[in-house]
Amino acid sequence: MSPVLQPGTVAELAEAVRAHPAVLAVGAGTKPRLAEMRNGCVGISTRKLSRLVEYEPDEFTFTALAGTPLAEVTAALTAKGQYLPFDPPLAAAGATLGGTVAAGLSGPGRFRYGGVRDFILGVRFVDGEGRILRLGGKVVKNAAGFDLPKFFVGSLGRFGILAELTFKVFPRPPAALTLRLPLAGAEAAVAIFAAVGRARWEVDAADLGPDGEAVLLRLAGPAGALPALAQEILGRWPGEVLAEEVATRTWDDLTAFRWSETFPYLGKVVLTPAQLPGLLGAVKTLGGRAHVSAGGNVAYIALPAGADPAGLGRPVLTLRGAAPLWIRPAPVPAIAAAVKFALDPSGRFPALG
Amino acid sequence: MRDDALSRLAGILPPDRLLRQPAQLAAYESDALTAYQASPIAIALPETTEEVVALVRACREARLPFVARGSGTSLSGGSLPVAGGIVIALNRLNRILRLDPDERTAVVEPGVINLAVTAAAAPHGLYYAPDPSSQSICTIGGNVAFNSGGAHCLKYGMTSNHVLGIKAVLATGEVVEFGGASREQLGPDWCGLFTGNEGLFGIALEITLQLLPRPECYHTVLAGYRTQEEAGNAVSAIVASGLLPGAIEIMDALALEAAVAAVHADYPPGCEAVLIVELEGPREVVAADRGRLDAIIAASQPVEARPARDAAERLAIWKGRKSAFSAVGRLSPDFIVQDGVVPRRRLGEALRRIAEMTREAGLRCANVFHAGDGNLHPLILYNGRVPGELARAEALAGRILRMCVEMGGSITGEHGVGVEKREYLPDMFNPEEIDCLKRLHAAFDPLQIANPGKMFPGGSAPALATHGLHPLEKAGVISRE
Ligand SMILES: Cc1cc2nc3c(=O)[nH]c(=O)nc-3n(C[C@H](O)[C@H](O)[C@H](O)COP(=O)(O)OP(=O)(O)OC[C@H]3O[C@@H](n4cnc5c(N)ncnc54)[C@H](O)[C@@H]3O)c2cc1C
Repeated sequence: MSPVLQPGTVAELAEAVRAHPAVLAVGAGTKPRLAEMRNGCVGISTRKLSRLVEYEPDEFTFTALAGTPLAEVTAALTAKGQYLPFDPPLAAAGATLGGTVAAGLSGPGRFRYGGVRDFILGVRFVDGEGRILRLGGKVVKNAAGFDLPKFFVGSLGRFGILAELTFKVFPRPPAALTLRLPLAGAEAAVAIFAAVGRARWEVDAADLGPDGEAVLLRLAGPAGALPALAQEILGRWPGEVLAEEVATRTWDDLTAFRWSETFPYLGKVVLTPAQLPGLLGAVKTLGGRAHVSAGGNVAYIALPAGADPAGLGRPVLTLRGAAPLWIRPAPVPAIAAAVKFALDPSGRFPALG
Repeated sequence: MRDDALSRLAGILPPDRLLRQPAQLAAYESDALTAYQASPIAIALPETTEEVVALVRACREARLPFVARGSGTSLSGGSLPVAGGIVIALNRLNRILRLDPDERTAVVEPGVINLAVTAAAAPHGLYYAPDPSSQSICTIGGNVAFNSGGAHCLKYGMTSNHVLGIKAVLATGEVVEFGGASREQLGPDWCGLFTGNEGLFGIALEITLQLLPRPECYHTVLAGYRTQEEAGNAVSAIVASGLLPGAIEIMDALALEAAVAAVHADYPPGCEAVLIVELEGPREVVAADRGRLDAIIAASQPVEARPARDAAERLAIWKGRKSAFSAVGRLSPDFIVQDGVVPRRRLGEALRRIAEMTREAGLRCANVFHAGDGNLHPLILYNGRVPGELARAEALAGRILRMCVEMGGSITGEHGVGVEKREYLPDMFNPEEIDCLKRLHAAFDPLQIANPGKMFPGGSAPALATHGLHPLEKAGVISRE
């Protein structure tokens, strides 16, 4: 078992980085494969770096330490009628804000207004030399300097350890309605995603549930406006409006990856809707399940023991399971190595690839 | 050295696409920050991405500085040439390579005009959301380099939020493909890092953009107020209500006067400020929200509130707003546009202090701004022929920027640092942070040949022209009408 440090302040975090030649930041460990360490590597937990530092509802912004649980952020925002529209996943399991950024994970709500990359405004982080640096801004709009905050989304702790994050938030729509449209096959889902993406309804989420038997659409907005929109959609495709508790549970189960719990392996794949039928075919061959989100732009794939994720035929990021972190990764361009050297010259954080 | 470099370039482009005559070069000496000029040694007009790659690699071998250029509408000196270097003008790479209505994406070359993307998407019920006021002339390549904004950023974000993929030639000569056609990605967000690089990383060759469904319905209200403070209070009330308007804009008295003179815009009389608020979405949603918005505006006691009754009235409201920069330009021989951001709750205070500082400087300043996201656009009027006025205008601009940083905001919301604001970067970032940005810069451009001297303090100062029109205006290509 590698040791895990628990700095209590940002200064201690920087000290911990300087004190060890090989470190990996870990949050709550809800994406276990991302927190796995090779021998000799010291884990630095953000557990004690947990605090909502500033929240300005009138500015649509908040700043929190990286180890702050999403659930805590969400509760503070909900109390003021606001939210992070991209439904950050694994909140119920204890996922932290910093872990969500480093893993680059967004939930179903990313369909309408974008994902974690579209709401991050600023970061304070520790680079490979142990320097505490703040880049980006604390206001909803800022174009000064290179956009390093965005770059940290999906960076998996390879370029720095996140200490504090500033996000943009939106007012929470007063009501939501979820539609379940049963399906004949993956092609039908692709057709619905295409039609919904262009339609006047402005749906909030468009997912394909893990059994592949129904598309789930969520409408969000003023309560009075939603039934008419729902009726129009149901006039186009057969289906039903889910009762509120059922809808809440359905989305909560998806953002918690509950449907994947009986499988040892969980991975993330990005795709375009047209690639959906091929991918689902491969998942079936491997005996797995998939939750397709964001209108067919991302899929979370669970596989049984013994199934090789390489059989999916495309790059996969392993979130859980005994498999390489990257399956079929794209080649690392020279610029990636140069940027890695710029931020982490002595290679304290894990290598790329 | 220079001749050697030029002969390399001559091996890539035919003579009619490698401009060398002083008269031809003159048209590229400035961008829309007309106070600055610099003379390039040649203008390259590539027509294919292969030619761009070859040009960049030749520049690298010859250590010849290059500045990528779209339409030259940068307001911060971003596309100002580097003396002794070349300009790579990308206007001829203006093809929309693919448009997929089902996946709602478009792949475009960098010289495609912003509005042309929406024009191509419109038959499919789609549009390209970022809408800088210059959208009928500026290019996607320029938008990407500056992470340009527009009137609808509060709800839809900036250019960066709509760029899914970028193929680029870096200043090292490496050709890379960041992101792709999917809205999601694996691994670090390279597209996000490249967007907003201000031309310092290399040249974008192909950009994949996300398209959105065109909102079915709008409710656009123009409300006039006796004081700026009242208009500011109305913004606060709207934001606090939980509504998410597509745009919240304010124009002050001087900007209104200019818009009236330039495009015969019609505003309620006796107003110190006009507020424009727009709701958009499905008709049922707009119908449900408009009552709330109208009530908030009524309660804010405007002199008059005018909801647009039809598409023509809506367009008229936006025409007045979007022509404001050029309209103000007609009030004065010269002007500088500032772009600082302040926390929204401090807008009123910021405007009061700008008014005071302007009075102290003995100048005039019009304010047209994105109130929804606290992004100010003070337009500082000056006459470059009056000795000392440019220096006073620049000093005032600097005081305004420092005020924005002190209030917890930013020196630039959407126009970029460029040449104009590079001395103010240290107001936002400490020396270690600037060092970090410089290391990143060096990773992309170790030889410092891509748009050198921009963004970072201490670059060599280009020649200051104290007066004059934009080179494209001189050439009759654009006008401030
Ligand atoms: C009247 C007016 C109104 C404006 N309104 C707005 C507004 O509302 N919002 C806003 O954000 N801006 C606005 N601007 C500023 C300007 O239009 C934007 O910055 C725009 O994106 C510049 O586009 P361009 O094609 O003119 O680029 P240029 O000025 O030619 O270049 C801008 C920068 O991009 C770089 N560049 C250009 N092409 C490429 C490429 N292919 N690859 C890499 N780098 C490249 C250049 O080197 C330069 O640094 C306005 C300007 C004017 C004159």
